[in-house]
Amino acid sequence: MTGNLEFRDPERAKALVERLARTTADVGRTVSIMHVCGSHEQAIAKFGLRASLPDDLNVIMGPGCPVCITDQPEIDEAVALAQDGVRIATYGDMVRVPGSAGSLADAQAAGARIDVVYSVAQAVEIARGTDEPIVFFGTGFETTAVATAAVVLAGMPPNLSVLSAHKFIPPVMEIVAEMPGTRVEGFLAAGHAATITGCGIFEAFAARQRVPVVVAGFEPLDILAALVRLVELVRDRQPAVVNMFPRCVTRDGNANALNQLWTVFRTTGGRWRGIAHVPNGNLRLRDVWASVDARRRFRIDTARLWQQAPSTLVRQCICGNIMAGIASPADCPLFGNPCVPDAPVGACMVSSEGTCRIWHEYGGVPRLGGLACPM
Amino acid sequence: MCLGVPGQVVEVDELTALVDFWGVRRRVRLDLVDEPVAIGDYVLNHVGFAIRRIPPGDIEGTLALYEQLLKEAGPNDLMAADVRSEVAGVEGAGRAGRAGTT
Repeated sequence: MTGNLEFRDPERAKALVERLARTTADVGRTVSIMHVCGSHEQAIAKFGLRASLPDDLNVIMGPGCPVCITDQPEIDEAVALAQDGVRIATYGDMVRVPGSAGSLADAQAAGARIDVVYSVAQAVEIARGTDEPIVFFGTGFETTAVATAAVVLAGMPPNLSVLSAHKFIPPVMEIVAEMPGTRVEGFLAAGHAATITGCGIFEAFAARQRVPVVVAGFEPLDILAALVRLVELVRDRQPAVVNMFPRCVTRDGNANALNQLWTVFRTTGGRWRGIAHVPNGNLRLRDVWASVDARRRFRIDTARLWQQAPSTLVRQCICGNIMAGIASPADCPLFGNPCVPDAPVGACMVSSEGTCRIWHEYGGVPRLGGLACPM
Repeated sequence: MCLGVPGQVVEVDELTALVDFWGVRRRVRLDLVDEPVAIGDYVLNHVGFAIRRIPPGDIEGTLALYEQLLKEAGPNDLMAADVRSEVAGVEGAGRAGRAGTT
């Protein structure tokens, strides 16, 4: 399944790979490109794309896995609520991500009620069927935040509230672009997230950081073509935003969805796993929605969870550096043993969009194409 | 979590549509889509919400891409598992049944 380039159009793939090598050689130094999407990493790993990249081109996965970047303080809030007897509904992978003192799955094993939902709309259905308080623990980027916003605006059952751990991607790209030790010279942006936000959202970022952004689809040929364009922009020192996924993405995005997003949410600074504090990186309910905000409706006591020291294994976990793009799973002493999908130590091994999980699933350590790991 | 899937609208009421995803029919909410949706249209769906009406000229290519992905996928293919999960409307379908509900 991996290793071979199984394209529908091998001729075009070959031409793109050759052009990518030539363009990278034109730059005359090692170029690092970051993508911020688990689905991109899945496609890159599945089709063995790194093996066909020139040695002086690094393609790094950054903070693109929503489950992985949700940090301990927010998981602790959900765990504390669950331990206090509040029923929690959330997306499946969130259940297994460890907080300061265990995960929601641990709370569930100890008797807490956790409902795994595919959609926030299911949390509404659950709430309608009961009188007990339900908290929807909302995680993910713009693509899931708009769904939460729609449900809030449509009017929720009175026993349902939202604990928002939603994140906003553009601000973290600024942080990663400025991070010493990463030196990212171009970003590949995720097609379906940009379906909502539009590619115009990256224009100010590209101009400020002098870094090009290319929006790409999910097929291996889409990704290769986008990489060629991105390296051309790096070579020509053009910090432009280019949309290579026009089938799904427009400049302005989905205005209706964005309107709902910003009616319900505001941005605020907060921690992302591995990236530390991200100004404007968190999405929180606006004050007018206090009546459905779990942080206002419940007294959430997380301090008691901090008394438990993290295990030795958790302290060895380098998920944070992997999220920041300054280390790869291959650098982690736990990768593959003992950290595996069935017994994950860190968040990156939990989610199907996590770098470690993807690498593990597609044959351990794919050839890195010269991935430099300065840490 | 960030990969939408296309399906065809077979029924529309005010707030939701019944959408057919390769034979699996599910209610999808229409709160977020930014143009009117009619029977026969294709929409891109994400976590139970239509996020885009697919332009007619792009339908064939979009469907072919997903069909290819699902056809070639092995049992541990994470991307196909994410797509199947979206199609079924069940979190974690194809993800080895981890993390069940209470």
